[in-house]
Amino acid sequence: MRVPGEMPLLEVQGITKRFPGTLALDSVDLRVGYGEVVAVIGENGAGKSTLMNILAGVLLPDEGTIHLDGQIQQFASVKQAHAAGIALIHQELSLLPNLSVAANLYLGREPARAGWINKETLRTQALRYLERVGLKCDPQTLVATLPIGQRQLVEVARALASNARLLIMDEPTSSLAEEEAEVLFDVIRELQERGVSILYVSHRLREVMSIADRVVVLRDGQVTGRLAQESVTRDEMVRCMIGRNVSRIYTRKRNEPGPVVMRVERLVTRNTKKRSLSFCLRKGEIVGLAGLVGSGRTELLRILFGVDMPKSGLVTVAGRPVELKSPRHAIAAGIALVPEDRAMQGLILEMSTQPNLSLGALYRHYLGWKLLDRAWENDVTKKMVSQLNIQGVQASKPTRHLSGGNQQKVVLGKWLTLHPHVLLLDEPTRGIDVGAKQETYKAIDELAARGMAILLVSSESDEIIALSDRVLVMQDHTIVGDLDHTELTERALMQLATGSTHESPIEEESIGEVA
Amino acid sequence: MKKIFGILGVFVAVFVLTAILEPNFLTAYNLQNTLRWTGLFGIISIGAAFVIITGGIDLSTGSVIALVGVLVPMLLVDVGMSLVLVLLILFGVLLVMGIFHGVLVTKLNLQPFVVTLCGLLVYRGLARWLAGDQTQGFGSAFDGLRQLAIGRIPIVGDFGLPIPFVILIVLALLSAGFLHNTVWGRYLLALGYNEEAARFSGINTSRMITVAYVIGVMTAGFGGLLFSLDVNSIQPAVHGNFYELYAIAAAVLGGCSLRGGEGSIFGVVIGAAVLRLLYNAINILGIPTQLEFAIIGTVILVGVSTDEIVRRLAARHELKTTRDT
Repeated sequence: MRVPGEMPLLEVQGITKRFPGTLALDSVDLRVGYGEVVAVIGENGAGKSTLMNILAGVLLPDEGTIHLDGQIQQFASVKQAHAAGIALIHQELSLLPNLSVAANLYLGREPARAGWINKETLRTQALRYLERVGLKCDPQTLVATLPIGQRQLVEVARALASNARLLIMDEPTSSLAEEEAEVLFDVIRELQERGVSILYVSHRLREVMSIADRVVVLRDGQVTGRLAQESVTRDEMVRCMIGRNVSRIYTRKRNEPGPVVMRVERLVTRNTKKRSLSFCLRKGEIVGLAGLVGSGRTELLRILFGVDMPKSGLVTVAGRPVELKSPRHAIAAGIALVPEDRAMQGLILEMSTQPNLSLGALYRHYLGWKLLDRAWENDVTKKMVSQLNIQGVQASKPTRHLSGGNQQKVVLGKWLTLHPHVLLLDEPTRGIDVGAKQETYKAIDELAARGMAILLVSSESDEIIALSDRVLVMQDHTIVGDLDHTELTERALMQLATGSTHESPIEEESIGEVA
Repeated sequence: MKKIFGILGVFVAVFVLTAILEPNFLTAYNLQNTLRWTGLFGIISIGAAFVIITGGIDLSTGSVIALVGVLVPMLLVDVGMSLVLVLLILFGVLLVMGIFHGVLVTKLNLQPFVVTLCGLLVYRGLARWLAGDQTQGFGSAFDGLRQLAIGRIPIVGDFGLPIPFVILIVLALLSAGFLHNTVWGRYLLALGYNEEAARFSGINTSRMITVAYVIGVMTAGFGGLLFSLDVNSIQPAVHGNFYELYAIAAAVLGGCSLRGGEGSIFGVVIGAAVLRLLYNAINILGIPTQLEFAIIGTVILVGVSTDEIVRRLAARHELKTTRDT
């Protein structure tokens, strides 16, 4: 390993990137030396992914320069960044599972003569790189048959095979078991010895402490901390990451919640490992559902909306047990879901606002012979458009052409026409701009004030803290905490979600995508 | 609606051109014939459209027509059943077939192409086996019933409106009303565009898709009844061959997208009319009939390409002018 301080491999200066409504990166500087492991940490939305995408040629920066080996670079495509020696190893693995390991290593660069792949060369070359990452498997093995940890190593091998000098690893351990992660760390150290540099993006602070030479902390698109290995401590990292002015994003007057509307008892799902789930929602109450990505929040919502089946358990709405066999049954029981994926699950993008708004309620608003009740549809559209301040609506304009915020209001409006008892919200403000967020918060607030019980999943902890009367914290597919809004702090949420104070057997120092 | 203008333009162009080149085209006899065939093919095209709107496809149409064409004369003439009973049996058989297609597609998640391709093979085979590959027909009996297919309502002079065409118009009006003015029609369009979002909106998508397949088989069966009454000489091995392709072509020409969602019944009727018009023009203008498929194929390709290009231009324009913040 060379001594840091020489001319760095990568020198990034003043990188700025704006998206509509947000400043994703604000004049960020970053240096990575030869054979250095630099960790980039930060909360969800801090700008980590944007930065990595710029370095890997996925996005172009609005301002700033990138020097590689002292040479100025401008990556217009992933291919160019790749050619310069930067490889992004993605969260979602990008291997083709139906091809062999060797074929994946050399995808698009197969050693070939006149179009015929030279299998022998392919095999021997592949073996060399597999050895480098410590993977003892036959290059002819189908990727689909490898466990996820080994696939990760195949990804690394692929990057090396393309002569990458800087590996960008985005949450590489998010789906790895502990032993698999250890193998990966060994490989990283090994690569470091050979002079390969690594940018390591993670939420898991303990990992970062053990692997990184330096840590760069991002918050709201700015660098808020640069820690050298000696001074990397958990507390220090957390201090740099949080500290946004939480109460400012929305101020809500909290009411005394009414009687219990929904009761979930001893729910066991496919992924339940330890304890079953039990909780209740009261009339007029907003309950936040916090937890890391993969802790089972979306899964719970899908079960409550009848999309997936639980193994066992009882759900009652307004005192009556309900059978959640399909969304249709859930809707009939007074449960509505604003799904995470607006385009795929929330809207019929090709249809205009009116049919989207009325779609969920058509089963009970129709004339004789199942004829559409146009007058009712018109009324409801007018009402929702003004109540939710949906903008850009035209009679024949497909909802595809509405902005994200307005699309989300249409999805919300679809359910308001039904006056559900319980409203499930999955990341309701994802991908919408700041103004629309405020309006969404206001709409959620008003719905609660009118007596709806709301279960809110969000990856933005400030959002959860600002809106919730109560927060249920999930970890590993079970509820590990139930906090009243008076005891809500970002730190308390994180500690519960990451299990750092909880007595749970899985002790994982992880931070960031809390809530 | 925009999509229909293109196909309407093709229709008018072919019509006018043929009329200019060959005055015999406008004789009452020729027009009646073309309208009758338009009626027969239009009926099965409407069924195809319903299936296509859900994002599926029905390849079994031609074989259903053959099976019905064999079954009806056999039951009526050879077995001697009463007409009402035969119609009831027919209805029951078609209903079961449609539900079968729908259940295989929605519950077993088989691809519609595969399910209905097997339908194509199975029903054709059954038709040939039932009839022992012998030509079936009504002979000189059932002349009254045959009027459904060959009769016409006098309008002026020699010209009368063929009954199959009248049936098509009634069926088209009912179908358009169903598709655009009922809750079920709205569900079909919604799930055709985005099945998952439709399910998340509380729609019983499996049931609605099955309904579409039932409509597909029912119209094929009803069309098959009329076809058999029309030709009165049903050869089990060839009767209705390729008719599913005519039906799909008419639906696509009429603005249905094989991706699902889009479609208008009026467009499908025009699409069927264009196909019959082209066929007639080829015959009457003395163009070698061997070229029929080549010409129809070319017209469809040009039609859908133009349509796609126009749509892209329109989308680009729309994006520029109507995008809100």
